[in-house]
Amino acid sequence: MLRIILTSKRASLLLMGVLSFYVVVSAAAPAYGMHIMEGYLPPAWAAFWWLVALPFMILGVRSLTRITKANPELKLLLALAGAFTFVLSALKLPSVTGSCSHPTGTGLGAVLFGPLAMSVLGTLVLVFQALLLAHGGLTTLGANAFSMAIAGPFAAYWIYHWTMQLTGKQKTAIFLAATLADLLTYVITSVQLALAFPAPVGGFIASFAKFAGIFAITQVPLAISEGLLTVLVWNWLQSYSPQELEILQSIKGKPQTHESI
Amino acid sequence: MNQSSKGISNWLLLLGVIVLSVTPLIFLKGAEFTGADGQAAEVIGKVKPEYQPWFKPLFEPPSKEIESLLFSSQAALGAGIIGYAIGLYKGRSQQQRNKE
Repeated sequence: MLRIILTSKRASLLLMGVLSFYVVVSAAAPAYGMHIMEGYLPPAWAAFWWLVALPFMILGVRSLTRITKANPELKLLLALAGAFTFVLSALKLPSVTGSCSHPTGTGLGAVLFGPLAMSVLGTLVLVFQALLLAHGGLTTLGANAFSMAIAGPFAAYWIYHWTMQLTGKQKTAIFLAATLADLLTYVITSVQLALAFPAPVGGFIASFAKFAGIFAITQVPLAISEGLLTVLVWNWLQSYSPQELEILQSIKGKPQTHESI
Repeated sequence: MNQSSKGISNWLLLLGVIVLSVTPLIFLKGAEFTGADGQAAEVIGKVKPEYQPWFKPLFEPPSKEIESLLFSSQAALGAGIIGYAIGLYKGRSQQQRNKE
């Protein structure tokens, strides 16, 4: 009995080891990324997106303190959700367009803790990358936070709940939420760039088509990868930490849902 | 039994990710696989040639090697936390099962 448990434990430790290794090795690929780069939004647009993103971040901090105060035992799971987007946004993967980009990893946390919590965690990841990696930037942080840490997570949250209501299939819902949120992040990035740089001929639409061709199409296979990895982590959580998932379920069930969103 | 079928589907999920990332490398032989943001900068250069970035990153990794070091540290740190959390949850759930 003990031996069986030991070997299955070893097997899944091995699985985790392999995943970590894969994650670390593929991150070492030559760099470039895909957030809007430092200084690449005109000051007015940079300020606009900062103003749009700030209220979400403030509400996000409130949502996080409320969650961790009411249920301190959820802190580890919160760390896991943050770590997941930390890892995925370090993974620059090759894509069918012959260029590289990285997933966002915000879908998991948005489904678990609600989109506002992710607006904080996602922004922290962006700050780290802007300060240490010259990837994204401080002036463009508002815009990048809006696409990755706000629009993506909100989309993930709603897609998850709609799919659950329509089909009741949880894994499909998780997969769709993570995949589409990832994709939407880069559609928003394209919109932001097209708004700031409308083409002389064709304006916003022509520009959007160009940027979306770069960002959104590159993102399609990566978004699917993110969906698969999110389901993988979800499987682990379901097997090993059903208590935490139940607590989260009960938080969401309470009447003040509009606050925990 | 349920547990082992879950184990297999987890492997399939990983396999899917690997296939998705390796396929472009195999089929797009001539591609450069540069970053999508660099290409976006090119488009900006075409749409609005006079545009100059008005702010520079405060700190830039001095070389590709340092940059990849920082990126892998980011991934390693995150993967470490995920491994710790899942490992802890797994140990805890096994302990509970042993008690029952």
